[in-house]
Amino acid sequence: MASLTTSALQQAIEFHEVASKLRPTTLRMLGIPRTKRMETLMSDFDQFRSETRAWLEANCPPEMRKPMSSDEDTFWGGRHAKYSSELQRIWFERMRDRGWTVPHWPKEYGGGGLDGEQTKILRQEMAAISARLPLVSFGISMLGPALLKYGTDAQKQEHLPKIAAGLIRWCQGYSEPNAGSDLASLQTRAESDGDDYLITGQKIWTSYANYADWIFCLVRTDASGKKHDGISFILFDMTSKGVSTKPILLISGKSPFCETFFDNVRVPKSHVLGTVDRGWDVAKYLLQHERAMISGMGERGAGRPLGQIAVDSIGADAQGRLDDAMLRGQIASFEVDEAALACAAERAADLAKAGQAHPAFSSAMKYYGTELNKRRHEILMSSGGIDALEWESQRSHEGARPRAWLRTKANSIEGGTSEVMLGIVAKRILDLPGA
Amino acid sequence: MPLLLNEEQTMLRDSARGFIGDKAPVSHFRQLRDAKDATGFSRDYWRAFSEMGFAGLLVPEAFGGSGLGAVEAGVVMEEIGRTLMPSPFFSTAVLGVSALNRGSDAQKSEYLPKIASGVLLAALAIDEGAKHRPLQTAMKAARSGNGFKLNGAKAFVVDGHTADLLIVAARSAGAPGERDGLTLFLVDPKAKGVALERTAMVDSHNAARITFENVEVTADSLLGDVDQGGALLDSVLNIGCGAVAAEMVGLSDEVFGRTVTYLKERKQFGKLIGEFQALQHRAAHLYTEIEVTRAAVLKALQLIDDGAPTAPAAIAVAKAKAGTTATLAVQEGVQMHGGMGMTDQFDIGFFMKRARVCQELLGDSNYHADQLARLKNY
Ligand SMILES: Cc1cc2nc3c(=O)[nH]c(=O)nc-3n(C[C@H](O)[C@H](O)[C@H](O)COP(=O)(O)OP(=O)(O)OC[C@H]3O[C@@H](n4cnc5c(N)ncnc54)[C@H](O)[C@@H]3O)c2cc1C
Repeated sequence: MASLTTSALQQAIEFHEVASKLRPTTLRMLGIPRTKRMETLMSDFDQFRSETRAWLEANCPPEMRKPMSSDEDTFWGGRHAKYSSELQRIWFERMRDRGWTVPHWPKEYGGGGLDGEQTKILRQEMAAISARLPLVSFGISMLGPALLKYGTDAQKQEHLPKIAAGLIRWCQGYSEPNAGSDLASLQTRAESDGDDYLITGQKIWTSYANYADWIFCLVRTDASGKKHDGISFILFDMTSKGVSTKPILLISGKSPFCETFFDNVRVPKSHVLGTVDRGWDVAKYLLQHERAMISGMGERGAGRPLGQIAVDSIGADAQGRLDDAMLRGQIASFEVDEAALACAAERAADLAKAGQAHPAFSSAMKYYGTELNKRRHEILMSSGGIDALEWESQRSHEGARPRAWLRTKANSIEGGTSEVMLGIVAKRILDLPGA
Repeated sequence: MPLLLNEEQTMLRDSARGFIGDKAPVSHFRQLRDAKDATGFSRDYWRAFSEMGFAGLLVPEAFGGSGLGAVEAGVVMEEIGRTLMPSPFFSTAVLGVSALNRGSDAQKSEYLPKIASGVLLAALAIDEGAKHRPLQTAMKAARSGNGFKLNGAKAFVVDGHTADLLIVAARSAGAPGERDGLTLFLVDPKAKGVALERTAMVDSHNAARITFENVEVTADSLLGDVDQGGALLDSVLNIGCGAVAAEMVGLSDEVFGRTVTYLKERKQFGKLIGEFQALQHRAAHLYTEIEVTRAAVLKALQLIDDGAPTAPAAIAVAKAKAGTTATLAVQEGVQMHGGMGMTDQFDIGFFMKRARVCQELLGDSNYHADQLARLKNY
């Protein structure tokens, strides 16, 4: 969210962005000459765009330009990384070698060292050819930003390059059986034992804990004060003695998450990220990124327009209009909202770049994006009709559509529920009393 | 281009907000309404608008204007939306100018400088039926001598009662529903056969019904090409929709701000009503809708200025979205003010009335969602 470097170049670019929008009259008014420097920067961006386009064209295999149809199409990395195809491996490795699994991270940590504008250009160019993300991981979307902000040099050196290269897969140990929306009431204990902590307790809903190599975890290091105080944010290896996981089956028939148990797990104190007992700050900062990520889930504009998907199964009338007037209307209003949300996401990123973003805005976006994604899948189910009800068969890709539909119901729960998001907006943005 | 106002646009917004907020708060509109003012807006303020460069905002510099674009027009419209200031800005400076900008050099030199200097008011006459359906235009333009003879009736002509120049869509060929055969004409409202009725509208803003009976116009009064007015009309309606959408963003934001303030003041059950979670969540939802809408509207206006091929879809999204958001904002606004919200003495009802009119103006949310579906081929 925060820009990583505010180098002179960055400032020059920002100046250029403002100045290039101003008309000659205003430039005169403000006494700004249209310098050569601005024009050079402008052409630098144009050049970056054309180079990027050419590189993607040459290096992104056509198979990696199709919307992902299931979880298997996602490459998660990790010690036990599995590629769904050779092309997925090639695409990942090419992107990794350019640092473009994390284009905006500094080069020293395996990133691409791109600035905000270049990152936006890369994203646009990837979207233009529907290129898949080469690597998806909680390390990239959640832990990485928190490490960059709160990590010591040693912690950054240790963990960031492995995230960028997809070597270590992380999971998130926040929720507990009695600490969901009220996360700060968590009970997992970390007891001091010399240079180590001994961690005991239970987490739940830990996504992919059974595949993860490491966990970032919230533990209570002090139970004497208020609930938000005394929490620490700590990192440890899932193969540590005393860690066990038990998968939970979801309504989609899949099992991406687990109960996670800790029985006297020994973790060095140097693995605390941020200040001891102040882990809530780190946790909240990470949640902002998690929520921004979740709000962007769903295909949004990629692939076939929803109305045409519906025409495929329902048919069209003589004018070519979807032969279900009510559904057509629902789809059209959905697409209005979806297109508007895409604009809001773009604007949120631009506001962040300009340092004008409200830190709680990602909660508003998370709420809106997830409710919308649920609506999309309701429409997809309705469009598919009877065909979308098949749960097991090759014809239905093992019930891909209904399983995806059911999975989206979690969108407005995971990462903080819609009700909690609305509460955050009411309190932190609208400043309503007692919220 | 970042989806933010740039520095110049921010300065423009501040000066528009300064003037409108200062000179024309909602009480200004209330006075005009209560007085049943014959003009329906303040000519003094329109003069001031032209001095500030707003009247000629879209007029090219060569014709005495500021040569700015859709985003800037939206900036002013948003501020107008906040105080409901009655002003010919939309009819003249947005619709009129964007139509005339596509006219001949002679037409531009004749009209644009006068608009920029605030002495000429224009109005666009398109709608005929109960709903905005430009392609359904039935008003006839029959060739007569080296000109045309116009017959038909127009409704919902914004600011038609004060216009010095009417820009009229008529059918010179084809049948209602067809795109080809539309032609635009510049008509003097004082011409023989033009009859004008000012319509008192629910929002106390200005509109007229106009009938044309054997109105003779010369070939000089053709705007654009005969039978090919569809494309010209599209470009005018696009920026017009963007402008109304921007007005609705301003209106929604204003109603929302007033409502949130009330939630922090009004007490019931010994608590501020803003402490009730039922209201907090609805307020937070509305906030999100408004922010999403703001982004969609700005995007559409930017795409118009870029001449992007995706602009029509973005405009459909913006107008549809702004309509539903404004509708939600005014409904929640009235509801959360309780009985107070229902009183004429209180301003919030004005916004509800205006939002209803803005919905219909240049097509409601259903119309634009349908347009989007058509553009996407389903
Ligand atoms: C698919 C999935 C993946 C997940 N992955 C992870 C993970 O990797 N790591 C992790 O730590 N957690 C994970 N979670 C857990 C998730 O963060 C919690 O489920 C979530 O925070 C809600 O907590 P809860 O389930 O205990 O529900 P509860 O908090 O018990 O909520 C129940 C209902 O009460 C409502 N409610 C609660 N408090 C309020 C309030 N103050 N006002 C109004 N309504 C309220 C909620 O909105 C909800 O509707 C995941 C969840 C899902 C579904």
